[in-house]
Amino acid sequence: MSGSAIKENVARVLFIIAAAISILAVALICVFLFVNGIPAMATIGVPEFLFGTTWKPTSGIYGIFPMIVGSIYVTAGAILVGVPAGVLTAIFLSRFANERISAILRPGVELLAGIPSVVYGFFGIMVIVPFIRINMTGRGFSLLAAAVLLGIMILPTIITVAKNALDAVPKSYYEGAVALGATHERAVFNVLVPAAFSGIMAAIVLGVGRAIGETMAVVMVAGNQPVIPGSVFDGVRTMTANIVMEMGYAADLHRGALIATGVVLFVFVMLISLLFSAIKKRGEVR
Amino acid sequence: MAKVLRTLVYIGAIVSTAVLAGIVGYILINGVPYLTPQLFEWTYTSENVSLMPALINTLLMAVFALVLALPVGIGAAIYLVEYARSSSRFVRAVRMTTETLQGIPSIIYGLFGLLFFTTMLGWGLSLISGACTLAIMVLPVIMRTAEEALLAVPESYKQGGFALGAGPVRTIFRCVLPSALPGILGGGLLALGRCVGEVAALLFTAGTVAQIPDFAGQGFLALFDSCRTLAVHMYVLSNEGLHMNETYATAVVLLALVVILNAAANFAAKKLKRGI
Repeated sequence: MSGSAIKENVARVLFIIAAAISILAVALICVFLFVNGIPAMATIGVPEFLFGTTWKPTSGIYGIFPMIVGSIYVTAGAILVGVPAGVLTAIFLSRFANERISAILRPGVELLAGIPSVVYGFFGIMVIVPFIRINMTGRGFSLLAAAVLLGIMILPTIITVAKNALDAVPKSYYEGAVALGATHERAVFNVLVPAAFSGIMAAIVLGVGRAIGETMAVVMVAGNQPVIPGSVFDGVRTMTANIVMEMGYAADLHRGALIATGVVLFVFVMLISLLFSAIKKRGEVR
Repeated sequence: MAKVLRTLVYIGAIVSTAVLAGIVGYILINGVPYLTPQLFEWTYTSENVSLMPALINTLLMAVFALVLALPVGIGAAIYLVEYARSSSRFVRAVRMTTETLQGIPSIIYGLFGLLFFTTMLGWGLSLISGACTLAIMVLPVIMRTAEEALLAVPESYKQGGFALGAGPVRTIFRCVLPSALPGILGGGLLALGRCVGEVAALLFTAGTVAQIPDFAGQGFLALFDSCRTLAVHMYVLSNEGLHMNETYATAVVLLALVVILNAAANFAAKKLKRGI
């Protein structure tokens, strides 16, 4: 083999190895989570772990049902807060704003997508939590605070993705609607929004994925009591918060139970991303 | 009806921009006045709560993570764009796992880093454990942007390379990569921004020691020192709740860092689109 042929082959193999690393990483992550989490889940008992409503590591009781419910509540709240504002803003940027306004807002929103979650969390502690404590009831560290904060956090994601979906609708759709006598608003809401529906759904699902996996901002404002909240003013603990709060000092079965919490969270996130690719595929087919 | 819808759209847009701008404004107003010289002193004490060591650690950590992730990400992108047949099983597996990595929450990366780098490899809470964890976390970002950048390179560049008698490797490194560079750079900056803002993945891998690893005294062994980045520093400060003004000021620095990095990434991406 000539020198250059060897060089070509070595390079080719190196590129293949580089590509294989993401497979290796996912495999390692799965193996380490499952090997460390599943035995603990088995020791505790799968139904006791998933549906037990008491989390008391000091007494050896590990039920993460309140945390699963907590994650779902907080995420649902974030969707209620973030989706209407986000989708409307996307519609505004795509079809209502004039050049000058959108030239300022668009890059602004993209930059805000990068604000670190600690900064959001700190803002939550200093503004949202006191606001709820003073003007409403309770300690302020609550499901409501977490939902509002997460709703704000997922805004940039939803705006950007939904706007791209709206921008991608062919011009002829809008022109056809207007030619039939529709007003600008009707053309946008009755023709463009339905045409971009799968893209907007994808934006929402992406927001859900971000919300359920968010850790630091939630842990800072949610109060973190491991109990199913009775009202939006009660504290709530999510799966992510459960891991980050106790992992620092946990040992043995407690540690295993926290890793198993990570396994459950992982499964949730995988289901969401499956949903995301299904929606994306449907959009492409159309 | 039309009026109602129009008003609704305007209200939505005003609310979300006002809220997002409000957060930034609030942090700036409360933080900027406390950006004092003592906040930037070289060593951290519980008196000055200096952010300087954390800032340096952030740069060390992020650059180290990128040094690990960039070659892998670019190599993988080159394979996907220049070598692979898109129908092969291997390529589909690479794409699926990359998408998976992108969706994994940072706390899961933190857990994995704790189990693998910190515990199993015995690296402890350290700069290197944290950087490796971050490298895996940003790998999909780098792969995706590098792939887009490579795909945007006109086919004629490659054909020109081949026509001059260069082999595939030479063509890639001499003709394709240089013109994809701005896009790849943009991806790197985006990844840097993610590293800078990360907390959950670092808390149990890099730890919270507020000192710069002692590279001068210990050499490479300093890689195994625990260190807190700026975002972790801010989390610890806000948890302690003793230095609220300094926490605001730290938030300003963190915010500025991330916004500058993202703006630079956008700029690089735009430059690519215009096709310099």
